[in-house]
Amino acid sequence: MIRVRQKPFDPGDEINAFCTHNANSGAIATFIGQVRDYVSSESGTGSVSELILEHYPGMTEKELARIADEAASRWSLDDTLVIHRFGPLTPSEAIVLVCTASAHRGDAFSACEFIMDWLKTSAPFWKKEVSPDGSEWVEARESDDHRAAEWNAK
Amino acid sequence: MPAIDVLYFAWIKEKIGVGQEQVSPPGTVKTVSDLLDWLADRSAGHRSALSDRARIRAALDQTHVPLDSPIEGAGEIAFFPPVTGGAS
Repeated sequence: MIRVRQKPFDPGDEINAFCTHNANSGAIATFIGQVRDYVSSESGTGSVSELILEHYPGMTEKELARIADEAASRWSLDDTLVIHRFGPLTPSEAIVLVCTASAHRGDAFSACEFIMDWLKTSAPFWKKEVSPDGSEWVEARESDDHRAAEWNAK
Repeated sequence: MPAIDVLYFAWIKEKIGVGQEQVSPPGTVKTVSDLLDWLADRSAGHRSALSDRARIRAALDQTHVPLDSPIEGAGEIAFFPPVTGGAS
């Protein structure tokens, strides 16, 4: 299931519900991405007061579904959940949650990592960090492209 | 060529000043890259936002495409910087 939403969510509640829903799966892997409290640029030294996530409504949902489908074709998965927020977020709030359910841990771990790596380079989200010094769009990193590309060699 | 909806996101949208516009480029505009050249002449903001091709990504009808893709038949074209969702 793919959910793109502005409102905050509680990762603990979501994970509990996912586990209950997949009682027949022996392995559940989860990843939580949260807003950190410092700016990401090399020149920045200040603290982040707010993170604004812009997205491309329509394409976002399609890309996340495509990534989840690709994961399901590569590994044996019983279920997948991806929740991603947009709009203004504050430090320590969850940005993204990925849960994968499988019979065994190997498939659950790999699929969860794969979904995050591909999400980072293809889901149409853009982050803007707001700090006391002003606001700045976060630059994409080449290392993320490499991580995503490495899955094609596996 | 029929009218195309062009969408802009993140700093590209900020530099151009609008998030969406409908355009009817001439028939000589055949690829995504041709369209970028043509759009750049619309205003100083367009030129500033669309000049650095290494920092621009495109989607045709909500699917990622390279800049040399043909645009014939597309109803919606989006331009945006490399994406930065998720978390570290």
